[in-house]
Amino acid sequence: MTDSPASASRSSPLVELRHISKLFVRSPDLAARVAQKLGAAVSTETVHAVDDVSLTIARGEIVGLVGESGCGKSTLGRLAVGLYAPTSGQRFWYGEETGGAPGKQTERLAIDELPASERQAIQIRMQMVFQDASASLNPRMRVGAAISEAPLAHGLIKRQDREDWLAQLMRRVGLDPSLAERYPHQFSGGQRARLGIARALAVQPEFIVCDEAVAALDVSIQAQIINLFMQLRADLGLTYLFISHDLGVVRHISDRVVVMYLGRIVEVASAADIFERRHHPYTRALIAELPSLSQRHRVYQPVQGEPPSPIHPPKGCHFHPRCPFARAECITERPALREIAPGHWSACVLEP
Amino acid sequence: MRKLLDAYSPHFADRLALFALLVLVVAALAAPLISPQNPYDLAQLNIADGRLPPGTHAGSDTATGPQHYWLGSDDQGRDMFSAILYGLRISLTVGLSSTLLALAFGLSLGLLAGYFGGWIDTAVMRIADIQLSFPAILIALVLLAVLGQGVGKIITALFAVQWAYYARTARSAALVERNKDYIAAARLLGLSTWRILFRHLLPNCLPPLIVVSALQVASAISLEATLSFLGIGLPITEPSLGLLISTGFQYLMVGDYWISFFPGIALVLLIVSINLVADRLRDVLNPRLQKQ
Repeated sequence: MTDSPASASRSSPLVELRHISKLFVRSPDLAARVAQKLGAAVSTETVHAVDDVSLTIARGEIVGLVGESGCGKSTLGRLAVGLYAPTSGQRFWYGEETGGAPGKQTERLAIDELPASERQAIQIRMQMVFQDASASLNPRMRVGAAISEAPLAHGLIKRQDREDWLAQLMRRVGLDPSLAERYPHQFSGGQRARLGIARALAVQPEFIVCDEAVAALDVSIQAQIINLFMQLRADLGLTYLFISHDLGVVRHISDRVVVMYLGRIVEVASAADIFERRHHPYTRALIAELPSLSQRHRVYQPVQGEPPSPIHPPKGCHFHPRCPFARAECITERPALREIAPGHWSACVLEP
Repeated sequence: MRKLLDAYSPHFADRLALFALLVLVVAALAAPLISPQNPYDLAQLNIADGRLPPGTHAGSDTATGPQHYWLGSDDQGRDMFSAILYGLRISLTVGLSSTLLALAFGLSLGLLAGYFGGWIDTAVMRIADIQLSFPAILIALVLLAVLGQGVGKIITALFAVQWAYYARTARSAALVERNKDYIAAARLLGLSTWRILFRHLLPNCLPPLIVVSALQVASAISLEATLSFLGIGLPITEPSLGLLISTGFQYLMVGDYWISFFPGIALVLLIVSINLVADRLRDVLNPRLQKQ
């Protein structure tokens, strides 16, 4: 999509978010409403968690989504899979390639405008792997039952095939099938992460959002789980939106990296570009903080200032109060994402 | 068995309470088999045997023949021991069935209110607030005055005063659980709302409710005893423990203590043992302690 700045250039799209916004409004209670009626200046607090974000993810691509905590990356992930309803904007899903060889016709479907049954069919193609694997598993359900519940309910597997199917799936994510009758609390952290992945895979998804899926694990386990993600992509042709605050992990796993700041996308580029030719001052500041072997005795220089309150974000470019290069126009005008190099988009007025 | 008992409690007092509760429940269940007479069968009663002190041997002209009145007899000539066993039956039936009904109803409403929120939540919780703003005994008194006497009616009245506790407890548990990721995962997997409510939400909201309901059984029993003592609960032909205490109350001043005293002991024993067992259940069902 040419009108979508963060579009994938190389191959056919799978998921598209177009001008998606999510506002969290604290609705005033009775007392506040009475006070408002009487003329008191009671403000309703609105958080612009995601502010007019457009993003297209290609089939088979791994998109890394990075940013500070509170920048809206988890909200964007939940919007993408449909756990949150967007305040405005649309989600599109590109169906199976229907046309003949050269034309490659794909059908674009506005997910949230489809009839319930069709929507459901697409909806289960998108799954999520959660950060806290123990909270994401029902503590009172045996893990085998939890994994096979949805495919049984949707008729994807038959009841008599359940045992074999479950054993195969558990082995695929590196778990011993004999553990199927245990409860989640009887597993280690790494095993629980594998259980979360198995449950998501059970309904044969094409698109998986990994929301800080490895953040809670120690480094050796992180590496195992990331390798599992890569292996699964190779085997099953999965597409990932990989949300993380860990740039090292994102660099390793991603094809393309999206940087968010305070609800907006500030830079999108291929993983190599974002690290080698970073453009936006925020991205530069983030990457400068990556520990590196070549710069052992570097002085630690954090990004200046605090992240501003998302309830009262700064006008213009959200980053201008902390930006060393801020100009007058940055204070008043929101910079648009522009293509500074092929496939490299940045929301900054600085010359590349 | 041994392991189960250790898991329940290592303390003597807790075990004694469990034992006492089991004895009382078994005695109530087996009342027709172990009681010397059927206190509800008027043919087995002789008014001439009324107000016999404990240990008297009498009753030669009743259908059951002569017997020892180990705990004495009441003013109708009922053997107190038999009357207590049958009274326990009624008290337990009323307490358990009203609690189970209120649990099922209040739990369903509370889960719906907590899971869906919005106007359902507001409606259910305001009704519960109104219900809880009246003293339980007042609501029960008014209801029984309208409905009349009888076991079914007192169960209805106790159900009406109890459901709101469960609705509140279930709602607060559901509010916590519905925001956890396993519910989000279940929604993403396209599971039906009923399945999410009853297979995912309900089992995780249940432990606090089990504790509340165990305690509520005791309070329902004592409320029933209060109502019967006031003379509006059960008919005089089917005395519960409260009604027996009430009957004996008139004779306390003339020294016939046993008519009130022994049913009172049975009631105290029942309520204390239920409370102690419920208290232990709270610890045993706490999932954080369970994990170890």
